[in-house]
Amino acid sequence: MPVVKIENLIKRFGKFTALNGIDLTVNQGEIYGFIGPNGAGKTTTIRILLGILKATEGKAKVFGMDAWKDAVEIHKKTAYVPGDVSLWPNLTGGEVIDLFVRLRNSNNKKRQEELIERFNLDPSKKCRTYSKGNRQKVALIAAFASDADLYVLDEPTSGLDPLMDSVFQECIKEVKDQGKSVLLSSHILSEVEKLCDKISIIRHGKIIESGTLDELRHLTRSRMVVKTKKPMEALDMIKGVHDLEVRDNIFYFQADTEELDNIMKYIAQFGIVKLESAPPTLEDLFIRHYMGDGGES
Amino acid sequence: MSNRFANTKILAFFILRKDRIRILIWIISIVLFTVVIGSMLPNLYSTGTDRQIMAETMKNPAITVMLGPGYGLDNYTDGAMMAHFMLIFTLLAVGIMNILMTIRNTREDEEEGRTEIIRSLPSGFLSPLTAAFFVSAAANTVLALTAGLSLYSLGFESMDFQGSMLYGASIGTAGIFFTSLTALFAQLTPITRSALGYSFGFLILAYIIRGIGDVESELLSLFSPLGLILRTEVYVNNHWWPVLLTLGLSVILAGLAMYLNTIRDLGAGFLQPKSGKAEASRFLSSPLGLALRLQRTAVISWTIGMLVLGLSYGSVLGDLEGFLDSSGLLLQMLPESEVFNLTERFVGMLLTILSILAAIPVLIFILKLKSEENAGRIEQLLAGAVSRTKLIGSYAFIGLAAAPVIQFMSVLGLWASAAFVMEDPLSFNILLKASMAYIPSVWVMAGLMVLAIGYLPRFTGAVWLYLGYAFFIAYLGDMLKLPEWMDYLSPFGHIPQIPLEEFHASKTLLSMLLAFGLTAAGFAGYRNRDIHG
Repeated sequence: MPVVKIENLIKRFGKFTALNGIDLTVNQGEIYGFIGPNGAGKTTTIRILLGILKATEGKAKVFGMDAWKDAVEIHKKTAYVPGDVSLWPNLTGGEVIDLFVRLRNSNNKKRQEELIERFNLDPSKKCRTYSKGNRQKVALIAAFASDADLYVLDEPTSGLDPLMDSVFQECIKEVKDQGKSVLLSSHILSEVEKLCDKISIIRHGKIIESGTLDELRHLTRSRMVVKTKKPMEALDMIKGVHDLEVRDNIFYFQADTEELDNIMKYIAQFGIVKLESAPPTLEDLFIRHYMGDGGES
Repeated sequence: MSNRFANTKILAFFILRKDRIRILIWIISIVLFTVVIGSMLPNLYSTGTDRQIMAETMKNPAITVMLGPGYGLDNYTDGAMMAHFMLIFTLLAVGIMNILMTIRNTREDEEEGRTEIIRSLPSGFLSPLTAAFFVSAAANTVLALTAGLSLYSLGFESMDFQGSMLYGASIGTAGIFFTSLTALFAQLTPITRSALGYSFGFLILAYIIRGIGDVESELLSLFSPLGLILRTEVYVNNHWWPVLLTLGLSVILAGLAMYLNTIRDLGAGFLQPKSGKAEASRFLSSPLGLALRLQRTAVISWTIGMLVLGLSYGSVLGDLEGFLDSSGLLLQMLPESEVFNLTERFVGMLLTILSILAAIPVLIFILKLKSEENAGRIEQLLAGAVSRTKLIGSYAFIGLAAAPVIQFMSVLGLWASAAFVMEDPLSFNILLKASMAYIPSVWVMAGLMVLAIGYLPRFTGAVWLYLGYAFFIAYLGDMLKLPEWMDYLSPFGHIPQIPLEEFHASKTLLSMLLAFGLTAAGFAGYRNRDIHG
């Protein structure tokens, strides 16, 4: 049974359609990356999943239960870190962590203290004095100190320094080792690349690409840098070659993965001096989808 | 030097642009309120006898506590009567308007980080505060002129040009004073809510000091800005000195606020919050525990505040007794039974007013849920294993449970100080019974607030408006001879005033059922709507 199952989810705010038929499945033990530009519908999807917003149409299920009706039951085993952490200015960080952990009915004081130490947080300060990063730490500590089966993290690291970011990545790996599931929405693509097993890209309230990183790469192109003995001609006429640039007799271009074989055969005739190939980064993928030549619109 | 004020003009226009509707609504409502009542009064008391009874009533210390000292009573003109009735309420409204307006443009902007962005632009470090002062000065000047000219245009003989302009100047000056005062509090504390609390606390204190001072000692009244302004004796003696004095005080306070602004860091205050405990107490483990913890200070201060309010109202009952004994004229003019009932009638009215005031903290405690939602903090609670019913239930519970506690405190205060000053003290049992009879009415208000939060959180302001209506009707309904149905529109209007009338079980039960129904409906709405934030 999938941990999260979203089917044909539609959410309208008045006339504005924020989500237009989202499908998404997170299986047990998966770290699932959820990426998309600002305003694409990531946070709306997450809020519906948490039963904070009510879906207009479609299904959103967590642990097989209805995200709206069974919210309380679901949340006993779910930990959430919002993108914009608002805390009570007159409570201390320690008090808020205690409160959040208790509201989830889990209580592992040792783990909590260990996390406070690792994230280097002063829990006796009032929340009003915390910076954005420190507020995020409070939410992260509360989340990882809870005994949850699903972690829903909405851009959780946007305010963390690189040191804390690596602590965060360790925590994610520990959670994964325990067989738990994570839904991670993020803008930091290198982080998603490093952590996630599967990825969905959302745009204008629709999922436009889903799969493992390898599968997604398959859909796209490799970056090639080639230098040949004899001057190469008419490379741009070859099927599957894009964005060709020539500088100092070095050819820079992108190659469709499925045409790679033909392209290589063609280049080989001219005698290869140098050949570099880089797999497409998530960033390339992302930009390709958003610049308009990848999607349907 | 001028760099400190760089771009103040642009900022002032920006504030005007952003708050223009808000400012307009305030000005129009205050002027309309003044003009409508101002034009009604002379027709209500048109005969000479009516006037004389009214003038005699105005000598009643109970009325003095409410409205301020009567003046020009020998020849009680339309103007004197209108100003005496209206000025104090208008001053309170203008005070509230300026406190809210100023907080938004000073400490709230700063706490929300908006001032930081402004200051990072080429604007001086005194520019935001100065711009707020300019806007307030402009808004209050427009208010003063509009109110003054409108009153003059009513064309009553006794409401001459100078008097009308002085009336306008009085409310405009009070507005400027409360802007300066609020700006000063906004420098002292780094917390918006505290600055708001201090400012409103000062307004209430000023009202209480004026009330006691007007009966006991005029000198005391002069220490209250409200008491000071009432000394203008508009339309009779037309004193301008209280206006000038208040204006001078406002300038000093504003200067002090600006000085404090220059010597402190952005985002800081002079009353710094302390560090706290690293661990939550056992109490803080449920939505109810959290709601109580967040509102601890508010709950305690309101409870003490209502006790003080009860004490101060009670303290004038002795004077009322003495006044009734000595006022031969009133005895001549009114049937005997009515005069002997006057103390009881006044106490009955006091209890109605105290009950309406008790609804303010009750509504505030419930409304906290909305501000939590707007601040985006509800989302994290609901992401825990917390049901919506439990969440809204916690806030509703605090409000509903606070009602009897607060009612008890105010009636205790009233009884205690009355027992001290009266020769023939009131029975605590009767007072308590009379006061408790209003609890279902307070609950109806609470239920309306829960309903608003459950369905249309944008319209919680309407509940405040309704409470304002109830307050107004209870305070002035009789004297303005308003029709009875207007009284029945208020949830407090149905309740029998117990020393005079009989306890009415069915009305109480009906109010309770209504309150319960509204609350339950609000819960249902809250379970079914999106949470914003």
